[in-house]
Amino acid sequence: MAEPIIVIEGLKKSFGKLEVLKGIDLTIRKGEVVVVIGPSGSGKSTLLRCINFLEQPTAGRVLFHGEEVGQRLVGGRLVPLPEKVLDQQRARMGMVFQRFNLFPHMTALENVIEAPVQVRRMPRAEAEELGLRLHRRVGLADKASQYPNFLSGGQQQRVAIARALAMEPDVMLFDEPTSALDPELVGEVLQVMQDLANDGMTMVVVTHEMGFAREVGDRVLFMDGGLIVEEGPPEQIFSEPRHPRTREFLSKVLH
Amino acid sequence: MDRFVEHTINILPVLLEGLGVTLKLTVISAFFGTLLGLLAALARISRKPFLTGPASVYVNLFRGTPLLLQLLFIYNALPQVGIKIPAFESAVLGYSLNSGAYIAEIIRAAIQSIDRGQMEAARSLGMSYGLAMRRVILPQTYRRLLPPMVNEMSALTKDTSLASVISILELMKYSSQFVSRTNLAWQTYVWTAAFYLVVTMSLSALASRLEKKLEARG
Repeated sequence: MAEPIIVIEGLKKSFGKLEVLKGIDLTIRKGEVVVVIGPSGSGKSTLLRCINFLEQPTAGRVLFHGEEVGQRLVGGRLVPLPEKVLDQQRARMGMVFQRFNLFPHMTALENVIEAPVQVRRMPRAEAEELGLRLHRRVGLADKASQYPNFLSGGQQQRVAIARALAMEPDVMLFDEPTSALDPELVGEVLQVMQDLANDGMTMVVVTHEMGFAREVGDRVLFMDGGLIVEEGPPEQIFSEPRHPRTREFLSKVLH
Repeated sequence: MDRFVEHTINILPVLLEGLGVTLKLTVISAFFGTLLGLLAALARISRKPFLTGPASVYVNLFRGTPLLLQLLFIYNALPQVGIKIPAFESAVLGYSLNSGAYIAEIIRAAIQSIDRGQMEAARSLGMSYGLAMRRVILPQTYRRLLPPMVNEMSALTKDTSLASVISILELMKYSSQFVSRTNLAWQTYVWTAAFYLVVTMSLSALASRLEKKLEARG
């Protein structure tokens, strides 16, 4: 088995009195594509956001390459790690958001090379070369000099994927990457993600696209009520779901 | 008509001298006020109590008391505890502190109007908070900052007319002195108003040109 990249142990997250994650254990190995499905409010996005510490776990821990992310348990209390350490951890995890979150005051290419230049101190010429290569990879070689507002949703999301890839991450986190898109634009984004999976990228994908989960996922997790209710290879989850809640969910989304 | 020309010839050099002081006071105070405002805004949104506390006290203090009182306090009260500041420097200090408090709220509102996802995207790429603020968040506020900042700068220009209470000779003071000397109230005040208008309207014109430039990005 490939080495684990992310190990999650006893992860809990509460927002005030509302417990959104109630104890998650999960190991993600190198090259694996893990697809997280489940009804809204089941905690899928929160789980993803805890991995790179956009949300601070209330209990438990997330290990990235064996190192705790964002905070460490010291004497029974969670103590934040130095910001610098967290920044370095995040630099190696790419994230793609539902609403793209491209920087509107920068061109597509500037979006892609911003972090390599500013964080990794890559020379600008080298970064631009990398940026153009990534633009070609997501099929947008001709859009490099456009500002995000002049791109379609699908194009914006592909630039966002290129932007995350520019840091050469060890894992890519996708938070409902196609949920904000018009239906006819979903395919082009899923295609880029599938290519990425074929290239061996480790991916955690929160999505409602069951076709993608079935065809690209190595493993599918079904979450409900803040817990992983069932997990397994896509063939098993989609053909013979074991848990009644999985069956109920799938019967609603697959019709 | 001859008399009108004659009055004008007499008034203008006097008012121009006053305008020079007004502009100097405005520009220097605007510079320090903006700097202070930016620092106070960043402090207030920092979520660090040792920064938010003092910044809030500062903003509330200078927005909640009259500017006139602040100027008089700096010039008349501080010397009593051994802090003597010359008149012009006192005025700069007063106007910088006062406009800084308003500018802090303008900048804070602009920063908080930027979508939270922008900061998250920047941080998820490994950018530090400071880098994300400088490269991603603040540049997006410029366009939104322009209209309220023009307001603030216009207000500052006009408020410098209060500086005469701490013995600064600026446009308004030259103007009123000229009136009491010559009794030419009508002409003098109209010319004075015109001078203030030229300054504030140039500010607006500059701002709309900047706004158009920033809009080009769509």
